[in-house]
Amino acid sequence: TRPLLEIYSASGLLLASLPWKSGQLVQLGWTASEDLLCIQEDGTVLVYNLFCEFKRHFSMGNEVLQNHVLEAKVFHTEYGTGVAILTGAHRVSLATNIEDLKLRRMPEVPGLQKPPSCWAVLSQDRVTIVLLAVGQDLYLLDNTSCSLVTPPGMSPSAGAYLQMAVSFNHRCLALFTDTGYIWMGLATLKEKLCEFTSSIRSPPRQMVWCMRPRSRQRAVVVAWDRQLMVAGNSSECIQFVLDEDSLLVPELDGVRILSRSSHEFLQEIPEPSQEIFRIASMAPGALLLEAQKEYEKESQKADEYLREIKEQKLLPEAVRQCIEAAGYEHEPDTQKSLLRAASFGKCFLDKFPPESFVRMCQDLRVLNAIRDYQIGVPLTFTQYPPWDPGGVGWPQQQTWGGSAWGWGLCWDLPAPSLPPQVQQKDKSDEEVAQAINQKLGDTPGISYSEIAARAYDCGRTELAIKLLEYEPRSGEQVPLLLKMKRSKLALSKAIESGDTDLVYTVVLHLKNELTRGTFFMTLQNQPVALSLYRQFCKHQERETLKDLYNQDDNHQELGNFHVHSSYSEKRIEGRVGALQNALDEFYKAKNEFAAKATEDQIKLLRLQRHLQEDLNRPYLDLSLHDTVSNLILEGHHKRAEQLYRDFKIPDKRYWWLKISALATRGDWEEMEKFSRSKKSPIGYWPFVEISVKHHNRYEAKKYAPRVPPEQRV
Amino acid sequence: MAFAGRRDVPEPPDFGILKRLARDQLIYLLEQLPGKKDLFIEPDLMSPLDRIANVSILKQHEVDKLYKAETRPPLSASDQFCFLVRPRVRTMRYIADIVNADKMSGRTRKYKIIFSPQKFYACEMVLEEEGVFGDVTCDEWSFYLLPLDEDIISMELPEFFRDYFLEGDHRWITSVARALQLLNSLYGPFGRAYGMAVCQGMMSHELWRELEEDGENDGQGRKPEISNVFLMDRDTDYVTALCSQVVYEGLVDDTFRIKCGSVDFGPDVTSSDKSIKVLLNAQDKVFNQIRNEHFSSVFGFLSQKSRNLQAQYDRRRGMDIKQMKNFVSQELKGLKQEHRLLSLHIGACESIMKKKTKQDFQEMIKAEHSLLEGFDIRESTSFIEEHIDRQVSPIESLRLMCLLSITENGLVPKDYRSLKTQYLQSYGPEHLLTFHNLKRVGLLTEQSAGETLTAVESRVSKLVTDRAAGKITDAFSSLARKSNFRAISKKLGLIPRVDGEYNLKVPPDMAYVFSGAYIPLSCKIIEQVLERRGWLGLEEVVRLLNGNEFSVSDSTGEETPPGESQRIVLAIFLGGCTFSEIAALRFLGKERGLKFIFLTTAITNSARMLEAMIEAKA
Repeated sequence: TRPLLEIYSASGLLLASLPWKSGQLVQLGWTASEDLLCIQEDGTVLVYNLFCEFKRHFSMGNEVLQNHVLEAKVFHTEYGTGVAILTGAHRVSLATNIEDLKLRRMPEVPGLQKPPSCWAVLSQDRVTIVLLAVGQDLYLLDNTSCSLVTPPGMSPSAGAYLQMAVSFNHRCLALFTDTGYIWMGLATLKEKLCEFTSSIRSPPRQMVWCMRPRSRQRAVVVAWDRQLMVAGNSSECIQFVLDEDSLLVPELDGVRILSRSSHEFLQEIPEPSQEIFRIASMAPGALLLEAQKEYEKESQKADEYLREIKEQKLLPEAVRQCIEAAGYEHEPDTQKSLLRAASFGKCFLDKFPPESFVRMCQDLRVLNAIRDYQIGVPLTFTQYPPWDPGGVGWPQQQTWGGSAWGWGLCWDLPAPSLPPQVQQKDKSDEEVAQAINQKLGDTPGISYSEIAARAYDCGRTELAIKLLEYEPRSGEQVPLLLKMKRSKLALSKAIESGDTDLVYTVVLHLKNELTRGTFFMTLQNQPVALSLYRQFCKHQERETLKDLYNQDDNHQELGNFHVHSSYSEKRIEGRVGALQNALDEFYKAKNEFAAKATEDQIKLLRLQRHLQEDLNRPYLDLSLHDTVSNLILEGHHKRAEQLYRDFKIPDKRYWWLKISALATRGDWEEMEKFSRSKKSPIGYWPFVEISVKHHNRYEAKKYAPRVPPEQRV
Repeated sequence: MAFAGRRDVPEPPDFGILKRLARDQLIYLLEQLPGKKDLFIEPDLMSPLDRIANVSILKQHEVDKLYKAETRPPLSASDQFCFLVRPRVRTMRYIADIVNADKMSGRTRKYKIIFSPQKFYACEMVLEEEGVFGDVTCDEWSFYLLPLDEDIISMELPEFFRDYFLEGDHRWITSVARALQLLNSLYGPFGRAYGMAVCQGMMSHELWRELEEDGENDGQGRKPEISNVFLMDRDTDYVTALCSQVVYEGLVDDTFRIKCGSVDFGPDVTSSDKSIKVLLNAQDKVFNQIRNEHFSSVFGFLSQKSRNLQAQYDRRRGMDIKQMKNFVSQELKGLKQEHRLLSLHIGACESIMKKKTKQDFQEMIKAEHSLLEGFDIRESTSFIEEHIDRQVSPIESLRLMCLLSITENGLVPKDYRSLKTQYLQSYGPEHLLTFHNLKRVGLLTEQSAGETLTAVESRVSKLVTDRAAGKITDAFSSLARKSNFRAISKKLGLIPRVDGEYNLKVPPDMAYVFSGAYIPLSCKIIEQVLERRGWLGLEEVVRLLNGNEFSVSDSTGEETPPGESQRIVLAIFLGGCTFSEIAALRFLGKERGLKFIFLTTAITNSARMLEAMIEAKA
C-alpha cells in the first residue's frame, strides 16, 4: 500500500489527503504562505497547497541526485521561506527564498568524514549562515569560508554537541552536549545568557526555545521520548511527563506541543495575567476585578476595593491591565469577566479613551471565532496581527510562518470561514458569493476586492467576479478585473467610478491587449471612454481619430475631420483635396447642407486663387462677402456681379454689401447708378444712412425722397 | 427655509483660507526643488497665480526667471526648470520638446512639472510616448478654488464647458468633486444638496457618498458654515447665458471682459494714454454699490455720488488750520481714492454707452426680448438675417441665431439652412464646423430633428435610451434634447406681466437683470426648489428640462435648528455662470434673507460660451 499524505487543521480535522506516489520523503515543512513543502531524497521539492493540490516543484541541485539528501530543514527569514539540505557528501546547500530560487552551496568543512551530529540555519544581518557541530567542534559556514568557533563561557568539559536550537526570531541559540550541559546565548556567539545542566544525558528528540517578545525570561524546552523539561536562567527546571510521542513547534510567544491526540500550548504567562491572577495579588487590576465581582453581588466591598485603587490613583492602570489580560485569556468567560471589570472601572474615569476597549472586544470576537474547532486557528493574542483596515494582509511571516500544521487558513480576513467556501467546488459561484456576503455584510474594513483576489488565486474567476459585485468602490474592482482579463467589464466599472484616470488606464490596457478592430468596437459601446480616447487622439494622434470614425462609418465626423485637416494644408491643391474628401463623406452622411457648403468653399477657393493671380491682391481665405466687397472696393464691378450670380448671393445681402463698399470707396456716382438699376430690396433708408455715416449730407438728401414717409424719423 | 419676510442677510464664511492653503502648498512645492530655478507658467494660470502669490513671493523661494509656457525659452543657464501648468496634452508636448532639445545638445537639467489643479493619466502617457517620463518629476498643486470676491469662488477652468458639454470628456468632473470635498471639509458638512444636472449621474453616486463619509468621519460636532448646496449644469439653462447683459457688472464683462476678477480699462475709459488694471470686488466701494444695478440707474447714481463727493471736498472751504489738518490726514486719502474710482467707472459707463448705441443696442435688446417672449418671430428672424448680412459681429450674430433656436425649440428647416448659408458667406466657410458643434450641444438645431437624425446619431440616441435606466450619462444625449423653453417659461412665469412701466430702480423681481423682460431660468429654478425644500410640485418643469433632478439630505440634518448656516446657499454652476445670474441671486438673497455663495468652473458670458464652440484653425 502506498503511504498517505494527510493534512489536518490545528484542531485535528482532516482537511485533505493524498496517496503518496512520489519518491522517498526526507522532510515536510510549511511555507510562510501556507504551502506544504515535501523534500524528497533526490533533492526535488514538491509544493502542495492546504488541500493537497499540487502546485509546482523545484530541485535543490544536480549534486544531490547521486548523493541524496540526508537531512533537510525549512527555515524562515525576512526574505521568505527557505530550504537547506545536507547531502550525502556532507555538504550543505540552501535557498533563502523558494519563491526566487537561488541555490547556494556552502563551503566544505575540512576533514569531515561522517555526518555532523547537529546543524542549524541562522540569519544574521540579513545573511543566512549555517552552524554545524561535529563532535566537540562547532563550525560556522558563511558564503565563503568555514571557521571553527567556540561559544563564550562554554565549559571545556562540556563534551560533544548533540542538539542545537535557534529561536524563532533568530536571536538566541541553545546547545546541548552529551554531558547534559545546555549553553544558552546569543546567536551571534558573542554573549552567554545562562547555562543549565540536565540530569538526563541521552540525546533529546527535540530542543526548542520558548520565549515571549519583549520578555526577559528566556527558556528552552527539551523533549525526550516521554519527558519534557523547561530550563532557563535558574538552577531548577520544570519537568513534565509526555503521554505520547510529541512534536514541539516553536512560535513567536511559546511552544506548541502536538501529539496524536492532543494539542497543547506552553508559554510564559503574560505579565498582566500574572498581576491579576497571582494568588493574593494586590495589583490594581486584581482589585478592580474583585471590585466588579463584589458589585455584582451587590456588596459594599466593591466600593472599598474601588476606593483603594482610586486612592493610589491607579484606576486607569487597573482598567488597562484588565483589558490587556482579557486578550491573553482563551476562555470566553474569563475574557468577559475581565472586560466587564474594565468597563466597570471605566465608569469612574472621566477621560479614558475608548479605543483600546473597543478594539479588544473586536479582536477577541475574531480570535474566539477562529479558535472554534471547526475552523481551528488557535492563534494567541500576541500572534494575532494588528488590525489592518486596508485589508492589505497581515504580517504573517512574523507570527505564523513555518508553523508545522495546516491550521493557518486566511489571515487577511476577520471571518476565516471564507476560504474553505472559496474552495468548495460543488456550490455555484452565485451561492458562494451570496453566502460570503451574508456573513460579512457591509462591515467597514472588509475589502471584497481582496476576497475576490483570493478567489481568483484559487482559480475561481467567476466567483471572483461575483464577489467584486459587492465591492462598493468601482475603482477597487478595476485592477483585479484587468488581471483576470475581464477588460470590458473593467472598462464599464472604471467608467462607473467616474475616475477618468482609471478609464484611461483601462483604455490603454485594452489598446495593447486587443486588435485594433476589437479595440474600437469595444470603445463604440462605451461613449464615455470613447469621448476620452477621442480627446486624447485629437491632441496626440489625429490619424487614429480617422480610423476610429472609419471603423464606425461615421461619415459626418470623417467629413469634419477632413475639413479640419484642410486648415493645416499649406498648398491650395492640398486644401482642395482635403475638402474634396470631406465632400465625399458629407454626401455619404447625407448631409446636403454641409456638402453644398463644402462644394461652395472649393469653388470659392479656386476662384480666389484666380483672382489672386489675376489681380495680384490677397484674396485667399476671405469669406464670400469679403471677397465680393473687396472686388467692388477695387472697382471690379463685373467680377463682383459674376460672383453674385455664381454663388446665388441673396439680393438683400448684395445690396447692403454693394452700397457700403461703394460708400467706403466714395463712389457716389456708381451708387446712384446702382440705386436706379432696379427697385431696392432693402428700401432706400440704408442709402441715406450710409451716406450720413460717411458724412455726405448732400448724397443723403438725394435718397431721402425715396424713403417712405413712415420710415422718416 | 422659512421665508419670513426680509431679514438681515448672513455674513458669508471667510474664504481667505482657500488662498492661504493654495499659497502654502505652492511654496512647499517650490521648496521641493531647492536652489535657483526658472519657472514656466501656463498663460491661463498667470492671472489666478497673481491672486495667490506675487512675483516677490516667488523670488523669495528662489525662482530666478519667469517665462510663459508657450514660446520656446531663450537660452537659459539655469540647472532647474519648473513648469507650473494645466494638465493638457499640448503643454506636455511643449515640455517634452524642451527636454528633448536639451538632451540633443547634451545639457542636463532637473525638470519638475507642477500640475494644477491635478495630474491626469493622459499627461503621463504623453510624457511617456515622447520619451521624457523618466526625466521629469511630477507634482500636483491642488489649487482648485480661487475666491474672486467675498461671495464668488471660481475654479478658473473655462475649458470645462467645451470639454464636458461638447466633447463629452469627463475628466474635470474629478476636479469638481475634489473641489467640493475641499469645501465640504472646510465649511461643511453640507446638510442638503439639490441639483439639476447631467453631471449629476457622475457626481451623485461616488461623490456624495464620499462627502457623506467624510462628513461622518470628521464632521462630528463641527458647526457647518454652509448647509445648502445647489448644483446646476450650464446646459440646463443656455437662454440666460445667451442674453445681453444689462446689469453693470455684466455689461462691464461683456464690454471689457473681466478676467479673474479684474479688468483692464483702456485709454478710452481712463481718458489718458495708458490702460489701468482695476480689481473689481466688494472692496471697491463705488463698484460695490453699482455692480448689481440696471445700467439705466447707474449713471444717475454716479452723478449723485460725484455731487456728494464734491460736497465733501467743498467742506474744506470753511475750515480752520486744525480742521484742515485733520481733513488732509484722515479723509482726503479716502476721498481721493473714491474720486479715482468714480471717474474710472464714469469713464467705463461713457465707453459702454458709446459702444452700445453704435451697434443699435436698443434694437438688438428689443429683438432679444421678442425672442424671449415669443412674439414676432418672423420679424426677429429678418433682424438676425440683416445682422448677419451686414457683418455686424460674428459672435453676436451667432448668439442671436442660438437664442432663436433655443427659444423656438430649433429653427424651421428653411431658416436653419438659409441663416447658416448667410453666416458662412459673411464670416467665412470655416464656421461649418462651428455649426456642427453648436448642433451637438443643442444650441443651434433644426426643428423636428427626430426625423432627420443621421444613422450615427440615431444609434447614439438609441444607446442613450437603452441606458436611460442605468446611471450612465452621455454627453451626446443632448442630440435628442429639446429645450422646451416656451413651455418652461409659461410654467414658471419667466416673463413677468407688469402693468405699465417696469420699475428698474426698485425692482419687484429678478427680471430686472434683463430690464424686466425675463427672469433667468436658472435662478428661478433655484428659487423654487429652495422655497419648496425639494422638487415636489415641479414635476412638470423637471420633465420639460429632461429630468435628472436630485435632492440629497443628511437624514440627521432634517430637524436642525435654523442657524446662520441654514441661510447660506452654495450655488454651483458647472460650465460657467454669468454676472447677471449672480446679480439676480444676490437680489433674491436680499429679499429672502439668504446669502448665496457662487461656485463656478469659470465666469462666463455669451461671447465666451460661443467662442468655446468655434473650431480653432489647427
